[in-house]
Amino acid sequence: MVQPKIIKLVDGEKGNIIKITDLQLDGVMRRRLLDLGFIKGAQVEVVRKSPLGDPIAFRVSQTTIALRKEESSKIEGELISNGE
Amino acid sequence: MGNEYRIALAGNPNTGKSTLFNALTGLRQHTGNWAGKTVSLAQGSVEYKNKTFQFIDLPGTYSLFSNSKDEEVARNYIVFEKPDVTLVVLDATSLERNFNLALQVLEMTKNVIICINLIDIAEKQGIEIKERLLTNRLGVPVIKISARNKIGFPLLLDTIDRIVTGAIECQPLVLQYPDEIEEKIRQIEPHVRAIVGDHVSARWVALRLLDGDESLLDEINRLITLKGAS
Repeated sequence: MVQPKIIKLVDGEKGNIIKITDLQLDGVMRRRLLDLGFIKGAQVEVVRKSPLGDPIAFRVSQTTIALRKEESSKIEGELISNGE
Repeated sequence: MGNEYRIALAGNPNTGKSTLFNALTGLRQHTGNWAGKTVSLAQGSVEYKNKTFQFIDLPGTYSLFSNSKDEEVARNYIVFEKPDVTLVVLDATSLERNFNLALQVLEMTKNVIICINLIDIAEKQGIEIKERLLTNRLGVPVIKISARNKIGFPLLLDTIDRIVTGAIECQPLVLQYPDEIEEKIRQIEPHVRAIVGDHVSARWVALRLLDGDESLLDEINRLITLKGAS
């Protein structure tokens, strides 16, 4: 049994699909991200990275949402597919 | 005239709330595909069975926990202005995302109708929605509509009519939280009820207080001060 690989969203590459396992955020920003669909168990696809790697666009629950690294570095998940 | 009723429209951005509003009221409230389009509250009325339904188009939001001015406007209207019915408009092709808001509204107020919009597009995508099952689970009417093609309007108006006349009673699902939180709600709720009475759901206020929602406290304080002054 291969251990699932846990990565931070900020480290995802284009095409990666990541199943969220943890949000290390509190307060208003946590609530906001939950409202936007970044919830435990949700599958998120890395759609596009900016030239300098920040922000990054994610596809979550049929909508594309861009996050800054301040937030995407605090969300972790299992790498389910690297898009190949 | 005692037979005028206020119906608020709530929903995520781009679910067709303003399209529904225009189709029902015949007004030309401009709709557009960008964030925060509906800034102020548009109103328009519909005559139905000798009653006037005054529709209020709330700003489109993903949530009602007042992270922004839009959310605060929508929340305050639903909770403190107490419309006779709150219509929650959902995008049939994106229900998972949209139900977040719907469940929040069910915690805030009793008379709710869930309108699943864009049903024609969903059907083309092969999405089947079991509205009767949803109605049973949620305890409030769930109606499939297409605002653009005016599908489902007779049933929608009839359902609004039956809620305001008391022919249907909504019993919205009460979401259960982990034991620790339920215990705290039990401790706080009676104190909240002593202050807000039956005007606002005490359980909902207790939950917001547990979450540290200071903007809600400010609003309640403001309203109590106003009431004291008048």
